[in-house]
Amino acid sequence: MNSTTPGDSATREAATSLAGVETTARSLAEAAAEPVTGITGAQSLVRSLEAVGVEAVFGIPGGAILPAYDPLFDSRVRHVLVRHEQGAGHAATGYAQATGRVGVCMATSGPGATNLVTPLADAYMDSVPVVAITGQVPSGSIGTDAFQEADIRGITMPITKHNFLVTDADEIPQRIAEAFHLAATGRPGPVLVDIPKDVLQATTDFSWPPRLDLPGYKPTTRPHGKQVREAAALVAAARRPVLYVGGGVLKAQATAELAELAELTGAPVVTTLMARGAFPDSSPQHLGMPGMHGTVAAVTALQKSDLIVALGARFDDRVTGRLSSFAPEARVVHADIDPAEIGKNRKADVPIVGDARETIAELVVALRAEHEAGRTPDLTAWWAQLDRWRETYPLGYDWPEDGALSPQYVIERLGAIAGPDAVYAAGVGQHQMWAAQFIRYEKPGTWLNSGGLGTMGYAVPAAMGAKYGCPDTTVWAIDGDGCFQMTNQELATCAIEGIPVKVAVINNGNLGMVRQWQTLFYEGRYSNTKLHPVGEDGRPKPVRIPDFVALAEALGCVGLRCESRDDVDAVIEKAMAIDDAPVVIDFVVGHDAQVWPMVAAGASNDDIMAARDVRPVFGEGQV
Amino acid sequence: MTRHTLSVLVENKSGVLARVSALFSRRGFNIESLAVGPTENAELSRMTIVVDADTQPLEQITKQLNKLVEVIKIVELEAVAAVQRELLLVKVRAPMADRTQVLQTADLFRARVVDVNNDTVTLEATGTPDKLQALLAVLAPLGIKEMAQSGTVALGRGPRAMSGAGTLRPVEHTA
Repeated sequence: MNSTTPGDSATREAATSLAGVETTARSLAEAAAEPVTGITGAQSLVRSLEAVGVEAVFGIPGGAILPAYDPLFDSRVRHVLVRHEQGAGHAATGYAQATGRVGVCMATSGPGATNLVTPLADAYMDSVPVVAITGQVPSGSIGTDAFQEADIRGITMPITKHNFLVTDADEIPQRIAEAFHLAATGRPGPVLVDIPKDVLQATTDFSWPPRLDLPGYKPTTRPHGKQVREAAALVAAARRPVLYVGGGVLKAQATAELAELAELTGAPVVTTLMARGAFPDSSPQHLGMPGMHGTVAAVTALQKSDLIVALGARFDDRVTGRLSSFAPEARVVHADIDPAEIGKNRKADVPIVGDARETIAELVVALRAEHEAGRTPDLTAWWAQLDRWRETYPLGYDWPEDGALSPQYVIERLGAIAGPDAVYAAGVGQHQMWAAQFIRYEKPGTWLNSGGLGTMGYAVPAAMGAKYGCPDTTVWAIDGDGCFQMTNQELATCAIEGIPVKVAVINNGNLGMVRQWQTLFYEGRYSNTKLHPVGEDGRPKPVRIPDFVALAEALGCVGLRCESRDDVDAVIEKAMAIDDAPVVIDFVVGHDAQVWPMVAAGASNDDIMAARDVRPVFGEGQV
Repeated sequence: MTRHTLSVLVENKSGVLARVSALFSRRGFNIESLAVGPTENAELSRMTIVVDADTQPLEQITKQLNKLVEVIKIVELEAVAAVQRELLLVKVRAPMADRTQVLQTADLFRARVVDVNNDTVTLEATGTPDKLQALLAVLAPLGIKEMAQSGTVALGRGPRAMSGAGTLRPVEHTA
């Protein structure tokens, strides 16, 4: 058995990949908690959360978790009472993505726990460190279809990194410590701890730190030196290299190392939807985002490259397009902390398992050695080609012909006014893609979104969690009117708990991305995508349902509206000036705006369309 | 079909079997057979899993299995380097006229009679899947009333043990 005591060198070494883990490990090591005898399981749970360094829990009480809420009432761990458990889960995710620390959410058994399923699946897909604590019906009632019973451990097995059902109150400190360790180390992810009510009520003793007993869990953080040297040799020899940067670089806090590697190689960099902010958009080496709605330059650079250096990225289908025709001439260096990602979708010529920060740092050293040995590639021809694509097919948009407000313009101005220090959380759909395209990200942790699962309704609660964790930072939720109607109730939480987020509702009255696909692939048959009321003539009725300004005010927020280009800057500045309450701006925009460029689902990246009916020409002078 | 036998040491905890089988089903891996039982260490169970690695590469299967926190170690047992056995219980129609033939067949396959009555004989046989298939093929014309068959269990040949030092070749998951 390979048991480790928290705080020993192995644990610390494994823990250096995340700031949150350092906090966790340090707190564990300090063992500040006094041993206590004769307390309840619930008290032991709350003491464990204190000892592990939890600042806040997002949750809602209910029958089975109720014993935990009594000691929580007196604890230094703050509880944020949300309006729906989904909000608790996304808030924990937003908190974790913005701060790098583990986010925590809590819910009762049955429906409370099942309402956490969507945010847990979301955090799993995007590798976000989250711990969920759920109450369970008493041990003796498990399996009897008791009131508010759901097998949440069984339900969440495929959407958590790991989960526990605690059967003995004495195990509580150990399970909590293990849950935080698992969530934050290796490839981060959500961990659920389910605790039956009688276990919370039982008498137990508490001591800290507990022994971690995870003999099967040994994430590889140290990259293999030989693999790193092989990768460096490939980089030094490549004529058309691309650094393909994924969310793992942000998770590992490896942006400084990435900047060094980029400078050393002189290679173009592309940042995936999960990695926006990992490399400054202002850098001339940055070609933008690859993938279905990526820039022509980023998509084409990967497609025509002779070497892809994938760093904490997973060759998602939204990036590769049709896999069989993706980057046909490229050799692949694939560095990831999760060995199962390597070779899963695209064969790796040089696989490197390890933490992104350590891997990139060692790659820099190995590459310097290559350069010193006189192996420095000349990328002039490659850059001439890249620059031509970038100049010929820049990101852009047309103003709606009917004089409506352009959603891209709104988002572009929002990014310009709020600036690179603000945090932006997006929902899912057209507004998300425009926010990824038209806001200039310069810093890590400033772009939060639901990348893998594509969870509509993510933005408002995630922004709430981010603002809670970064109270001195401006946090904008950029939401669609469809998304906003899924989770806006958390604005009441924000108003009451003093979490002044700002929300830009990009209101086109439609499920815009679905509408775009209906326009492009279903002959404009808009089946069930209109959210605004429509008269018998098919035209929008002059009534707002809901009236987002009135809704915002009803939820205790300041509600503003903007319908014309001339007002955009003024209304954003007005929202920026309000710091004591959440603000919602209803940007009423045209419904025919589309997201471009686009690689249609299942199509090859060779067939990227720069704009509708505009197919880039790459033919001349291929290298 | 490409069959591989994986010997998987897991923590002896409730829910581990559910996790492993859910992983196979979710990722679309095909299980030929799965057998779970205790080991010499009370804290560990051994799962012997025979997989069909045509649909997914074996490497991806073992990497995903290795990610399960309760999975301690995975070794691929190659047929030549391992002893592989299945247990078969088969109830064969055996009226007096056919009984001798049933018993001779049992003898040839070193199967044992474990239950007998006027109409049927129940045989117990162990062996490789191929041997048991051969036995069943011979018995089939006589009339198989009912049968139960275990999954494969297997151990590597030679002095080394998977849970000790200097073990069998573990399935690589560095790449």
